[in-house]
Amino acid sequence: MTQGKVITKKLNIYYGSNHALKDVDISIRRNVVTALIGPSGCGKSTFLKTINRMNDLVDNVRIEGKVYLDGADIYGRGMDVTRLRKRVGMVFQQPNPFPMSIYDNIAYGPRIHERKSKAQLDEIVERSLRQAAIWEEVREGLYQSALRLSGGQKQRLCIARALAVEPEVLLMDEPTSALDPVSTLKVEELLCHLKKSYTIVVVTHNMQQAARVSDDTAFFLAGEVVEYDTTARLFSHPTDKRTRAYISGKFG
Amino acid sequence: MRRLKDDMLLCLIYLAAFAAEFLLIGILGYVFVKGFPQVSWHFLTSVTSVLQGTAGIAGNIVNTLYMVILTLLIAVPLGIGSAIYLNEYARPGKIVGLIAFTTETLSGIPSILFGLFGMVFFGSALGLGYSILTGAFTLALMVLPLITRNTQEALKTVPEAYRSGALSMGAGRWHMIRTILLPAAMPGILTGILLAVGRILGESAALLFTAGSGYFLPRSFGGWFRKLLESGGTLSVQLYLSMSKAQYSVAFGIAAVLLCMVLGINLLLRILAKKWDVV
Ligand SMILES: Nc1ncnc2c1ncn2[C@@H]1O[C@H](COP(=O)(O)OP(=O)(O)O)[C@@H](O)[C@H]1O
Ligand SMILES: [Mg+2]
Repeated sequence: MTQGKVITKKLNIYYGSNHALKDVDISIRRNVVTALIGPSGCGKSTFLKTINRMNDLVDNVRIEGKVYLDGADIYGRGMDVTRLRKRVGMVFQQPNPFPMSIYDNIAYGPRIHERKSKAQLDEIVERSLRQAAIWEEVREGLYQSALRLSGGQKQRLCIARALAVEPEVLLMDEPTSALDPVSTLKVEELLCHLKKSYTIVVVTHNMQQAARVSDDTAFFLAGEVVEYDTTARLFSHPTDKRTRAYISGKFG
Repeated sequence: MRRLKDDMLLCLIYLAAFAAEFLLIGILGYVFVKGFPQVSWHFLTSVTSVLQGTAGIAGNIVNTLYMVILTLLIAVPLGIGSAIYLNEYARPGKIVGLIAFTTETLSGIPSILFGLFGMVFFGSALGLGYSILTGAFTLALMVLPLITRNTQEALKTVPEAYRSGALSMGAGRWHMIRTILLPAAMPGILTGILLAVGRILGESAALLFTAGSGYFLPRSFGGWFRKLLESGGTLSVQLYLSMSKAQYSVAFGIAAVLLCMVLGINLLLRILAKKWDVV
């Protein structure tokens, strides 16, 4: 009996009068890659930002329904947002390394959450950079500004930065849409490795990418989850005709 | 034809640039040439003695340092704090608009009015009298907009992605501000402080009736603390007084010293800004 890592129950989100998510009921399996696909504006990012409560920061947002992480209600009273965001990391569409050294970027998260010795930090920095497959490229220049890296390196650095606090879930919002094909490939390979230890939810515009990297796929349309299934089934035997139309490229 | 027009325009622009440059160098040169002969070791390290008929500005130099440091101690935390509040915490709306409007207006008020207010409010109502403290509070009001505005502008240029990046890792808002925003905004903040120091050094109207024109040095250790509550004229105030008494050579001496201070502080802050800008 395995329970989903992240479960939503009748999740509804409004931005003012804009009903952005409608009755979303989803159970995301642990240690797999789940892809969220759908045309832009359909609520994929909104869904993602709900899981680590980054939506709390938006003015005029109203969140109804339940979101559970390992069975605990993340909008419940006992939930500490700082702890939650440590457990649920996020990688953004535009790589956003901080204007500091590579080392300090990676150490940023661990330093928030507890006091660490230099040796511990060194260890974390190396491990995270290795996990994100960028260690070999930056090991000589750990104390150089992270802003000097290439776009693809920046994004892998951001992945390493998110991994440094040892999250359980990794949310990625179109992580390769600003990258060149070679960097995209590197990030995709990374996902396949990382899912052994993490639960990954990735928003993507690119259906080939969803098919390549994900185990499960959810198709969003106008705030609703139209279809949610294993990637293999959803792409080969979609049950809803809107899904069929979308994956065959008829709109979006 | 078009080429010719472009060339002529370029010529004019160069001319204007040169004129501005010459004017600046001219003024600097004139002040230094007239002023430096006046500046001696004695002039810098003694106070004016009516009995001996000698002039000295040691007291004024000390007063100026007190004024700069005290004013910044009051205005910098307040200014940076309110900029952070306005930019990072307050919801945009009527109150923020009102504060922005007030700040803007404050920076357009003639300094003599600050002097009047400072004298009546800090001097009389709060009972601080003619003192360096009264002067510093008055000047703090005056430079507050400079620091707030420059900090706000600097905060606005920090990409939103830094904020969400830090918050998404579980950083508290204040932690994020301290570790990401303030370092990134530091060059802008330093610019604000630099402008503030310039105003403090150059101000005379707002100080004449608040800090007064005392020019003695403290005689004892405790005197350095009591000085806060005693009258003290800065270099600019003394410059004004010397001119009004037609002591032009002393005035030029003070002017030369003032200019050196301004240049020195400019240089210092420039070096600091470079240091912060490395990443
Ligand atoms: N911060 C926000 N404030 C107001 N409306 C928003 C905000 N973010 C998203 N929306 C709206 O919510 C809907 C879903 O947006 P989003 O989740 O960004 O879609 P997607 O990521 O699938 O492109 C859109 O109509 C969008 O305009
Ligand atoms: Mg999106």
